[in-house]
Amino acid sequence: MTDTHQDQDTAQAIEGTEPTAPLTAMDRVRLARDPQRPATLDYIGELCTNFIELRGDRTFGDDAAMIGGLATFRGRSVVVLGHQGGTNTRENIERNFGMPRPEGFRKARRLMQHAQKFGLPIITFVDTSGADPGIGSEERGQGTAIAECLMQMIGTRVPIVCTVIGEGGSGGALSISLGDRLLMLENAVYAVASPEACAAILWKDASKAAEAAETMRVTAADLDRFGMIDELIPEPVPANEAPRDTIHTVGDRIEAHLDALYESFDPDDPEAMAALLNQRYDKYRKIGAWSETGEVEP
Amino acid sequence: MRNFFQRQGKFRPLSRGDVRGKDQGQQIPEDLWVKCPKCGELLYSRELERNGLVCPKCNHHFRLRARERIDLLADADSFEEWDAGVQPMDPLHFVDGQGPYDEKLVKTQAKTGETESLITGSARINGRPLALAVADFNFLGASMGSVWGEKLARAVERAVEQRIPVLTVNASGGARMHEGLYSLMQMAKTTAAFHRLGENRLPHFSLLVDPCYGGVTASYATVADVMLAEPGALIGFAGQRVIEQVTRQKLPEGFQTAEFVLEHGMIDQIVDRGNLRSVITTLTDHYLGMPEGLETYSPNGFRSARDAKHAVPEEEPDSATTGTGGES
Repeated sequence: MTDTHQDQDTAQAIEGTEPTAPLTAMDRVRLARDPQRPATLDYIGELCTNFIELRGDRTFGDDAAMIGGLATFRGRSVVVLGHQGGTNTRENIERNFGMPRPEGFRKARRLMQHAQKFGLPIITFVDTSGADPGIGSEERGQGTAIAECLMQMIGTRVPIVCTVIGEGGSGGALSISLGDRLLMLENAVYAVASPEACAAILWKDASKAAEAAETMRVTAADLDRFGMIDELIPEPVPANEAPRDTIHTVGDRIEAHLDALYESFDPDDPEAMAALLNQRYDKYRKIGAWSETGEVEP
Repeated sequence: MRNFFQRQGKFRPLSRGDVRGKDQGQQIPEDLWVKCPKCGELLYSRELERNGLVCPKCNHHFRLRARERIDLLADADSFEEWDAGVQPMDPLHFVDGQGPYDEKLVKTQAKTGETESLITGSARINGRPLALAVADFNFLGASMGSVWGEKLARAVERAVEQRIPVLTVNASGGARMHEGLYSLMQMAKTTAAFHRLGENRLPHFSLLVDPCYGGVTASYATVADVMLAEPGALIGFAGQRVIEQVTRQKLPEGFQTAEFVLEHGMIDQIVDRGNLRSVITTLTDHYLGMPEGLETYSPNGFRSARDAKHAVPEEEPDSATTGTGGES
């Protein structure tokens, strides 16, 4: 809690200060992981009615770390997907601490295809420390399962709105974030690797996680500045302290983005469909930081 | 030979090819002899090179630098590099225990002679045109960052324009942490590009080589139309050390090898380096039809290049000097 940081725009956070006080990246990581922070099922419970959970990958099993199903969200039937960890040890074991195995990603892909078949929009809630790194997951093709999910999602012919509500950990998070809109709560984080893993690899010292979190730019404000998210949803009071308010604010923003997408989208119009998919392509095609020297080819 | 006897205790795997050797400090620039890390055989380095850096005794496939791979794979003088001027940046001003990322980039570029970890371009294999993207493990562990994503997306888009297939040769330690979420998003960007390739009914062939992990394994590299791997290559999502630490279990024998992922249904074939040209040629002909004026190179399909050479009396004159691993 007493790490030093290099950035001018971050300051030491003291427990109990006003929520508007600047927090360090690691403070946000801790907030994002707070067990009291609302998780996917809380959002579904509060924002949706008529939830019918759809389970199983139809191949090997059902993964409780990735949940999904049909629901009514603000008057629309949608397919909802999200990571789900546990709030106690028993539930955490059952849900593998919210780290999906290949079955979870294959279930997600199946539900995306399902949504496409019936023309239902997809909303996703991203909240995982990452994909499961286990022997069984490797045996059943963890990499392939994530890749298939990405390949499906980029071409899914319905509007998709994704929200990072807690920890967005690496490929496991990306697997259900490839939508037309990516929203992120103020105290959520989204990173290529967990700060601990990054510190262990690049510092050879996992205790340098706070430094890693800072330099990796994992906060919503950082990612907003880089243009990687479409909207930062403020948390005037951190979500763990004001769960219901946060959930409804998120619901309002998802609804607004779905409305905006449906303004120009018509599932029966091939041009509108092509426009949706082209915009989604361009959204990811343009992400990168590089320079170019020498002769530029046409 | 005098040298040989004096130094034999110090021989390390090929200085350029194999970075898996634990004794990297003992670089002997004029290596004449190389010890095979698998079978221990002392190999004359010229002969090993003629054999495509494959141990003639035990078939161990040494790692290749990207340009060595391209030399072995493409018809002679057919490779035209694309986007060599796309340079990495340091958008996060990333600083780790070893210092700033931008300094690390400069050092790595000087050390490797490459600007980045992925080389792309057009090439011909037995006269068949294709787009090539080859990873270089010596460049920051072939980690995937913004340049990789941009060069690969451009290569795939050009392949769509030119209606040619794409062959990717994938090795990677994972996403490049120094570029943060930019790196993670390259998984999305590259997969999106290959989705377009598929929409245009053009094939993607992916060859996984030692070692292939992380974000590359979890994106375009494992959802190709045809999945190939080199013998013995380590292929996985999570690294072995991570899995051991998290699960506290002993990893099974042969875990995450090419043979393991073949057995578990993740790839189509394991291909010896010497057979690769012939396999890619046959595949290309299946998907795009036989090019005019060219006979099928390998009527017997997946036999070794040496056999195929006998089956077809005359190889394209262009490629005769290029050679593949098995032809020497």
